[in-house]
Amino acid sequence: MTDSSNFLVIIALLPFLGALLPGVMIRAGRTACAWFTAFPTALALLLLLVLAPAVMRGETIHAEIEWLPQLGLTASFMLDGLSLLFAGMILGIGLLITLYARFYLSGNDPMGVFFTYLLLFQGAMLGIVLSDNILLLLIFWELTSLSSFLLIGFWSHLPEGRQGARMALAVTGAGGLAMIGGMLILGDIAGSYKISEILQAGDAIRASDWYIPALILILLGAFTKSAQFPFHFWLPHAMAAPTPVSAYLHSATMVKAGVFLMARMWPALAGTDAWFYIVATTGLVTMVIGALIALFKDDLKALLAFSTVSHLGLLTMLLGIGTPFAAVVAVFHIINHLTFKAALFMTAGIIDHETGTRDINRLGGLRRLMPVTFVIGTIAALSMAGIPLFNGFLSKEMMLDAAHDTTWAGNPLIVAVLATVGALLSVAYSLRFIWHVFFGPVRDDYPSKPHDPPFGMWAGPAFLATLVVVIGIVPAAIVGPLVAVAGGAVIGDAEMPYYSLKIWHGVNAALFMSIIAVVGGLVFLALHGGLNRIWNALPRPEAKAIFDWIVAQVAALSRRVTEASHNGSISRYLAILIVASVALGAVAFGGSGLATPSREMLPVSLPVLAGWLMLIVATGSIVVMHHHRFRALVLIGIIGLMISFGFVFLSAPDLALTQISVETVTIMLLLLALHFMPKSTPRESSGLLKLRDGVIAIAAGGGVGALAYAFMLRDVDTISGYHLENSYTGGGGTNVVNVILVDFRGYDTYGEIIVLGIAGFVIYALMDTLLNGPAARRLRNTDYAQNRSRDRHPLMMVVATRVMMPIAVMVGVYIFLRGHNQPGGGFVAGLVISIALLMQYMASGFAWTQNRQRVEYHALIGIGALVAGLTGAAAWLYNSPFLTSLYGYVELPPIEEFGIGTAFLFDLGVFMTVLGAVMLMLYSLSRIARYAGEPINVDPMDYDPKQAIVDEKGEV
Amino acid sequence: MISAALLFAFACYTLGLIFNLWRITRGPDAADRILALDTMVINVIALLILYGILEGTAVYYEASMLVAMVGFVSTVAYCRFMLRGDIIE
Repeated sequence: MTDSSNFLVIIALLPFLGALLPGVMIRAGRTACAWFTAFPTALALLLLLVLAPAVMRGETIHAEIEWLPQLGLTASFMLDGLSLLFAGMILGIGLLITLYARFYLSGNDPMGVFFTYLLLFQGAMLGIVLSDNILLLLIFWELTSLSSFLLIGFWSHLPEGRQGARMALAVTGAGGLAMIGGMLILGDIAGSYKISEILQAGDAIRASDWYIPALILILLGAFTKSAQFPFHFWLPHAMAAPTPVSAYLHSATMVKAGVFLMARMWPALAGTDAWFYIVATTGLVTMVIGALIALFKDDLKALLAFSTVSHLGLLTMLLGIGTPFAAVVAVFHIINHLTFKAALFMTAGIIDHETGTRDINRLGGLRRLMPVTFVIGTIAALSMAGIPLFNGFLSKEMMLDAAHDTTWAGNPLIVAVLATVGALLSVAYSLRFIWHVFFGPVRDDYPSKPHDPPFGMWAGPAFLATLVVVIGIVPAAIVGPLVAVAGGAVIGDAEMPYYSLKIWHGVNAALFMSIIAVVGGLVFLALHGGLNRIWNALPRPEAKAIFDWIVAQVAALSRRVTEASHNGSISRYLAILIVASVALGAVAFGGSGLATPSREMLPVSLPVLAGWLMLIVATGSIVVMHHHRFRALVLIGIIGLMISFGFVFLSAPDLALTQISVETVTIMLLLLALHFMPKSTPRESSGLLKLRDGVIAIAAGGGVGALAYAFMLRDVDTISGYHLENSYTGGGGTNVVNVILVDFRGYDTYGEIIVLGIAGFVIYALMDTLLNGPAARRLRNTDYAQNRSRDRHPLMMVVATRVMMPIAVMVGVYIFLRGHNQPGGGFVAGLVISIALLMQYMASGFAWTQNRQRVEYHALIGIGALVAGLTGAAAWLYNSPFLTSLYGYVELPPIEEFGIGTAFLFDLGVFMTVLGAVMLMLYSLSRIARYAGEPINVDPMDYDPKQAIVDEKGEV
Repeated sequence: MISAALLFAFACYTLGLIFNLWRITRGPDAADRILALDTMVINVIALLILYGILEGTAVYYEASMLVAMVGFVSTVAYCRFMLRGDIIE
């Protein structure tokens, strides 16, 4: 890859890597934290500027890393004019927001967390605009939903924050889901998931039968993200977020993702009637409705939110019109909207921060008290209104021009009129923002005394306000080239339309529409009091109520379905599962017929017969006696013993060792739990139900028996031969079972130990929840100490287990070390050592043993999984696949030459994870007793014999 | 000679196992059951060693050692459960 490609990948990765910094740097103070947030952003911006000249020359920079090529998923990035524009916006505003947030957030807010989320969001957003693969784009799309959820709900103590975050996630997440479908269809039509190739296949896509479904699904994603009617309602509720978030996500970046997507896909999807009627109409309706609601909102941020909805509608309409001219205007307006809206949000945040309220009815007269804020806010709001000399005017004029040329269903006037109405309302609410906040008499009832904020807080909006003016006066010089190159990227191969970025276009229709809008807006502002009363008297649908109702209905429906299919009876689930398996088995048995048996029956020796008899009798006894739980446990002990015995007899010593150890640990777990449970199972099943269950059980058991019998009578080709042949040459061990575990199927083992570790953690967590809930109270009030032996830790036991400990550990170590060549290995060794430790717990007591524990069991699981994982990863250093083992011979002087391989290290990881997981499970279960009020003793024995001798002497 | 002795020993210990089984299923006491299970483990160890002699391999000695160790631990656990209810305290 070239340098440019490398730079591009680094830009995409920097925010994610940077997200690791703020959480750590917060320990060095809030300013350091902000600096370290700004650093990766600034670096990415710098790299982007390095790449910018090439893009401005019209080149497109590509970078590609293979990821899952089988799925068509490559981590491919591209940088063209449109990406450059958006990436610049994301990073540039990101820097300003970092500065602003440093001063905005109070000392109580966890700033490290905030900046981490912010950088995660920034990375996700950058990913969307830089992706050259729609699957990759989808991943980043979902990431923006998730990270914005975290940011909106940042003040998690506020219910509005949590509800707003949930609503935003539900709406944008649902849209994202629809978009996944749309993108897959699109990729299927185009025959590629690469955006650059999809854009080339525009004609084929538009001609396809699947064009309409794909279009609708993709637009659902874009409309929900960009808050288009009727999905606009989440955006105002998301305003519960801290203002830096609103300014960043809800004016500059995330809500523009939908617009970006429409612009990105413009060459492939636009230009059809369907596109025009869906996109342009939605945009137009959103623009008017958003502006209308904004006019009557008293909350500053809600006003700005609905104004954002309106402007997003405007952008959508421009892209929907489908002419190259309108598309270029959209690009220009994206820049302008960004500058004035981000500045306005920050201004609203400053007002909220300094006066303690953002309710317009409680504000007014701030122009003398907060002169700097007044200037910034006024410039930005005038631009939003579309007043000449500010940049909003230019794009609004061009928008009206485009609307004027648009015919909707044969009617040439309707778009122009509605666009003018939108512009008029926009003037009204913008001027209302200025007039009702800054003008009017100074009041004496502000919640706190207003004054201008520190420089750091107004520096960002001031910079943006400067841009508003400069672009407004000399547009062509400042943003002309950027608009040209970004617009060119949007319209693709279409010819660049004629447009000019200048203030005076002569007397034309757009000018008259503009004049109507400004005059009408002033009239509306003058009449605002009366209009407001009418508006409040009118019945309006409340979006939040509807949304809540829908959510409640869906939740109720899914609950009904769940309850109907899952009634909580495990015997029913098992019956369904087993009947289905038996039925499938029966079909298979009856299907093709069996080959004739090729083996003879073996003679039955006496011990085998006895073992078989014991299994049958024990199983039968459990069926009869299972209501008595302790007896059932003893009987299970027989079965475990006999199975282990059987494994030994059938030449599987590894399995026997594992089975007998697992059996012991299981018995102890069950005994621990049984102490706090009823000692007998209630009788629940009726006679008929018992009959049903009996039939099912016999069918299943008989079926499995028949299967085993059929297999054992026939010679079947298995993969055992391969393992036997390659065990020593390929895996460096003569114990095939162990070589399979750590080498041939090392991946499986790695997964299994991780599952085992997770199971340990889950038991720990469940027990923790249990013991902090109502169950703990019940435990404390139950008296289990009836009729018990007085000696908790008998002397003989303590001494015996103390003596056994070194022997048991040595056995464990021995079994572990020889595992690769003879029966044993990490798994068994872990169990053996854990049994050795459990003996100490049982004999000398919980507290005494716990005091001698050096390594936390949690840590042991983690270290084990890490050791195994790193051993596997080490193979990459030799350009081999994960978990390829190396093998060699080592000579250490006092010992004979011995073979050692990486499998040994892997086995060590297995050993540690097993030990940690088993101990954590038993430790968690034995904690219950402490909650039940059981006293603990730090001494090994309750009764100290030495003390007794002293006492006797004392008596003498 | 040795094979005849082995056969006799196999028969004895097998008979022992069956008696243990009888005790476990019949009880009458929990202590009887635990003791019978413990004895059963010992009988299995014996069978393993006899089998090792028969096959002429040492692998089963190690297996029987491990069975002895964990058998002891299970017996202790059962007993503690009976005597104190809580096996780790």
